[in-house]
Amino acid sequence: MRALGIIVVILTGAVLLYALGDFPSWADPTSPAHKHVSPAYIEKSLEQTSVPNIVTAVLADYRGYDTMFETTVIFGAGVVCFFLLRTPRKDRARVRRYRHVLTGMTIRVKETRKTPLVLEEFERIDTLWAPHDLIIKTACRILIPFIQLFALYVIAHGHHSPGGGFQGGVILGASLILLAISHDLRTALGRMSERLHAILCPIGVFIYAGTGALCLALGFNFLDYGALARILHVDPVTARSHGILIVEIGVGLAVMATMVWIYSNISSKGKYDEGL
Amino acid sequence: MSNLLSSIVDNYNYLIYIILMMIGLYAMIAKKNLVKKIVGMNVLQTAIILFYVSIGAKKGATIPIIQHGHGEGAHEMGASVIKAAEYINPLPHVLMLTAIVVAVATLGVALALAIKVYDRYQTLEEDEILAQIREK
Repeated sequence: MRALGIIVVILTGAVLLYALGDFPSWADPTSPAHKHVSPAYIEKSLEQTSVPNIVTAVLADYRGYDTMFETTVIFGAGVVCFFLLRTPRKDRARVRRYRHVLTGMTIRVKETRKTPLVLEEFERIDTLWAPHDLIIKTACRILIPFIQLFALYVIAHGHHSPGGGFQGGVILGASLILLAISHDLRTALGRMSERLHAILCPIGVFIYAGTGALCLALGFNFLDYGALARILHVDPVTARSHGILIVEIGVGLAVMATMVWIYSNISSKGKYDEGL
Repeated sequence: MSNLLSSIVDNYNYLIYIILMMIGLYAMIAKKNLVKKIVGMNVLQTAIILFYVSIGAKKGATIPIIQHGHGEGAHEMGASVIKAAEYINPLPHVLMLTAIVVAVATLGVALALAIKVYDRYQTLEEDEILAQIREK
């Protein structure tokens, strides 16, 4: 297998290196990629959509279908992870570990009841790896609100600066995953439950597709945001800008929920009990 | 020879993309561990992303955000002031923006499948899994 791999890699690499001579030189303004559709995007996007960030305009307006189905793919990935890994909660007797907060002493408790032991002085810890990490916990607790604020800025300001739904959604998801890593999975799920992820994920896709369907209902093409001018009471070009913002919020919700959903499924092997 | 060498030095972005892509391809074909195969897939995706982004570059151009295009009624400014040569190509960035997130999603699905395989065979090594399948 290794010899076959080396042969395939060398052959493919040789073909690609041979083709290197035909490639346009790097950053050449006259290369074919810059000739056809991209000048039209650059010159017309501000005039047609009132969005200075061309990437956002192309992403959510000119290539709206593409982005909608990318969002659907992400939603599908979250659902696949859920159905592959999620196991039903079993009510059998299990051994749990608790740490006395003040002295740091740990105890093993064999629980036979459904509800876990709840004592004020004890915190539940993971079986495999649960060191004291006061500095990490405190630093992350201070950082997370600012990360989330920045994520909201990235989503809302995606028209005027680098950003948008995908980036902001990933940053929001990363902040929640940071909470799960620095504390434990149960803390993160206590803030935002599994059910909420599973609801937010399709809601994001629904906001996107629903905006398109709304345009259709108003007598325009699917995802033709100019139709929203009648609802928003602005001129059609500004309505495109607002339509892009609505769609980006949907993308952000879907991406954030899916990232956390996939993480919590994979890290806890679908048990939602003890994560990383 | 010096001609070929200078063309390679000028276009080292393509060279990096080819090397990274071959590393990913080799890992996907030759490595026996499933997680290493998944990592190889991700390296290959990263190579493609680098390739697209380097295609979007343009000499003497800036990021594709139109300057002074902010505020109410900015779109009535007219297209005459915007020149395509001043901004880099936005299209590869758009394509790769979605590809990065989809790469993360596919990575999640691949890891979930690897977890299921480990649950069943107690190993992630391909040859050991195949041996267990043949025994049955």
